[in-house]
Amino acid sequence: MIINLIVFIPIIAALAIGLGAEGRKTALGAAAVNLILGVIVISELMRRGGEELIFETATVVLKNPKLTLGFAVDGMSGILVLLTVIVTFCAVYISPEKAPDGRVKLYHISPLMISTGALGAFCSTDLFFLFAFHELALIPTFLMIGFYGHGRDKLAVAWKITIYLGVGSLVLLGGLIALYSNLAGAGSATFNIAELTANAEKIELGEELQKWIFLPLFLGFGILVSLFPFHSWAAPAYASAPTSVAMLHAGVLKKFGLYGILRVAMPMLPKGFEAWENLILILLLGNIIYVGFVTIYQRYLDRMLGNSSVMHMGYAFLGIACVNQIGWNGAVLMMFAHGISIALLFALCGSLRERLNTLELSRIGGLASKVPFLAVTFGFAAFASIGLPGFANFASEITILFGVFDGADKIGNLQIAAILALWGVVISAVYMLRAYRHIFQGDSAQGLTLVRLDSLNRVPILLMIALLLLTGFFPNLILSILPS
Amino acid sequence: MPVYFLEILILLLGFTMLSVEAFSSDRSRSRIVVTGITGLFIIFLFLIFACSASAEPYDYWGIYHVDKLALFYKAIAILTTLLVLVLAKDFSPAFKKYTSQSNEFSGIGEYYCIPVFVCAGLMWMASAKDLITIFVSLELVTIGFYVLVSFMRRNVGSLEAGVKYLVLGALSTGFLVYGIAWIFGVTGQFEISEIAKVLNSGEIEKKPIIFAFALLMVGLGFKVAAVPFHIWVPDVYQGTSMPVTAFLSVGSKAAGFIVLLRVIEPFLNSSLTSGSVILILSFLVCVTLLFGNLVAIKQTNVKRLLAYSSIAHAGFLMMALPAMGGDFHSKLNGPSPMESISFYLAGYLLMTMLCFLVITIVSSLTDGENIDDLRGLGARSPLLAFAMLIGVASLAGIPLTVGFFGKFLLFNIAIQYAVFSGSWYIVSFAVLGASAGFYYYFKIIRAMYWGGARQDADPLPLTISNLSRVVIIILLAGVILCGVFPRLILGFL
Repeated sequence: MIINLIVFIPIIAALAIGLGAEGRKTALGAAAVNLILGVIVISELMRRGGEELIFETATVVLKNPKLTLGFAVDGMSGILVLLTVIVTFCAVYISPEKAPDGRVKLYHISPLMISTGALGAFCSTDLFFLFAFHELALIPTFLMIGFYGHGRDKLAVAWKITIYLGVGSLVLLGGLIALYSNLAGAGSATFNIAELTANAEKIELGEELQKWIFLPLFLGFGILVSLFPFHSWAAPAYASAPTSVAMLHAGVLKKFGLYGILRVAMPMLPKGFEAWENLILILLLGNIIYVGFVTIYQRYLDRMLGNSSVMHMGYAFLGIACVNQIGWNGAVLMMFAHGISIALLFALCGSLRERLNTLELSRIGGLASKVPFLAVTFGFAAFASIGLPGFANFASEITILFGVFDGADKIGNLQIAAILALWGVVISAVYMLRAYRHIFQGDSAQGLTLVRLDSLNRVPILLMIALLLLTGFFPNLILSILPS
Repeated sequence: MPVYFLEILILLLGFTMLSVEAFSSDRSRSRIVVTGITGLFIIFLFLIFACSASAEPYDYWGIYHVDKLALFYKAIAILTTLLVLVLAKDFSPAFKKYTSQSNEFSGIGEYYCIPVFVCAGLMWMASAKDLITIFVSLELVTIGFYVLVSFMRRNVGSLEAGVKYLVLGALSTGFLVYGIAWIFGVTGQFEISEIAKVLNSGEIEKKPIIFAFALLMVGLGFKVAAVPFHIWVPDVYQGTSMPVTAFLSVGSKAAGFIVLLRVIEPFLNSSLTSGSVILILSFLVCVTLLFGNLVAIKQTNVKRLLAYSSIAHAGFLMMALPAMGGDFHSKLNGPSPMESISFYLAGYLLMTMLCFLVITIVSSLTDGENIDDLRGLGARSPLLAFAMLIGVASLAGIPLTVGFFGKFLLFNIAIQYAVFSGSWYIVSFAVLGASAGFYYYFKIIRAMYWGGARQDADPLPLTISNLSRVVIIILLAGVILCGVFPRLILGFL
């Protein structure tokens, strides 16, 4: 029941706004309630250990194939629910009451719809609705980028993200149908994830079949996570999107693909992964090294952050590629840590955008003395993003590395990939510190205008930093509710 | 109550409306349309409560077949006609401009009555089990449409559409009759179940029966708007009045599909013909998917866009046809091709009618049918814009709408069939088509929400009649609820 509430409260709030309730207050109220409910869910998971599904509800929607509109959480989905409600709260908090170009309702409804899509996808016990909820976010994202987006090419960007994600999800749908129809027991086709996983262990599909079902699944989920070379939609979309959408999309929605791989593709098609392992290692290195260099080259802060988020997805893939529980736990921790830190960075970037006439790094400078709060918090966020010890990102990266070398008696391709991937940390240090130096240190650049705004949204920013530090110092808070 | 009473009631309703037309002093003829809507609604209730109980398959006189499927398509026909009358009522202000100058409403009464007679034809078609009945009912429908399409007699576009529909319709009828003649010549039978027996007896030759099947497909392909028999679709949809476009796109297509389903089944289940039939169907599916979706991308007129989208949807629907063969059927997980196609058509009814209702209201008040005329609709009328948003999202196949569930069912069949037979090319054409769909349907969403209102557009809010408001809300609820709880529709199959 509590999970149903979490999923549907944003929709109800969106409906209320549509019918005339006050935009920001309603959205913020719903997000706050959800935040509380999310904390309750997590504490319950901590008490029970998070190995099994709790708070399960189910309504049978169709008998053959068995479709159930049902929700439940276990450790992994609980963590992602927590991530979603936190980022939603912060994103809604940061959105100003008055939308920049009018159309207040749309401006406040869209983040809520994206949030519902993510929550529904993470909590669904049914493969069909896992897929269906994720696509709820497609239209709000399209409208928000097209209507409120920044930059001259925002229309093209909105089309690009919509078509990319649309095609990705169609490929994914194809893979999901092939998967369930092959995993149907005698006369009992089902979409229930737990039953499918059990069937997968019982039936043991042939290697060739697993290989070819795994491919569309991995590509479909991969496109949604901006896996190299399907990443080109992500950075421009995040750069163009209004702050709240960038936070939700980069912070939360992108994790859906990783979640899907961990929940569906890996447990059900283990041999499928083995068949493509080397290709996947090359692609994830593409994310880390190639996109890393692309990130260094960026001249605008928003583009740089967008690319950095694409780059860090490579580490999550590395964790998945470990194929052991330590690596997978590291990947989940990574999803949480990266989700919070990138949302924080985009929130700060949004604050800078409101105040400055440009986000071109070489044209900004010396802001530390003028907006010290932003300088300090941006520093924290940058350090977290680089993966400095003490932040959750470090904990996750080190867990992934433990996973890579766990039980490895020789240096295989995975270990080589991990060693190469480590250089990514250096790359992120280069671009993050350089950006920090450009923006906050040195002399004020010529032609830079700084608008003084009274409203600095300190609450969400401090909340996110506190969370990053808390889970950085005590990663066990999160790791303890994942299977060991 | 015997099921054929329904058709008789519909005909009686039509005659009643005609006599109200003749004797009523009400110049706007709104009484006729209200009679029609009420009557159709009552008959729909009859169908649900009085007839579905007696849903045992049954043949009357060997020509009128009743089963669940027939009842389902009869329900679709009645609902479509009902909604078309609602549309026609909203469209009447624009309509009167194109009929007569002396008396502004003259002739509009027949415009409300003919759909009801067409509905009787559609319903009969759902029960047709032999080729003669199929032909006669098909003609009843088509002749009604000839009149409806060219009804706006002072509008050049409408007349052009009427001529095109007449010429191409007559041509396709010719093919159909010729095909029926060949089938009779080869098998000596008109009835489909008897034809099936002959096909499986091994006593006939392959070439003439395939030739006959191809001729039949020309005739039926015209009805369901499959490429390459689609030439009439864009011009007729664009030229004729909005309610008739909606009627053609939903009613005519649904009726075409029930006939197609019935006719194709024996050919797919016979080892003599199944190979060639699957080949013909696969070709039609691929070109329809490709052509409908890709040409839709460039359209700027909403009706024309919906015309190509109607072609594209025919492609998606036909994707499930090759899978109807008997040897695959037992291996299929999930609803059968028959159920999936019927579900999709019911969903198509809901979402297409929703879109047409919105466009009709907008275009009858602003006189424009281009995508640009929808600009700023989000600000002018949030309800209409939201309804259009949901309708278009459903057509594009965004999850949690009925359109997505329908596409899911069809892809479910197509992918399993591809695994079974190796014909992956159909699935890849479908994926390509569906992704193109995201683009051209989102163009409408973009116009409504992104763009500000046009400079010259009239800034007044649009007025919606109470009837339309209720219908819009019902359709909206239907599109979303049936998308989440598909049993609301599948339960009737």
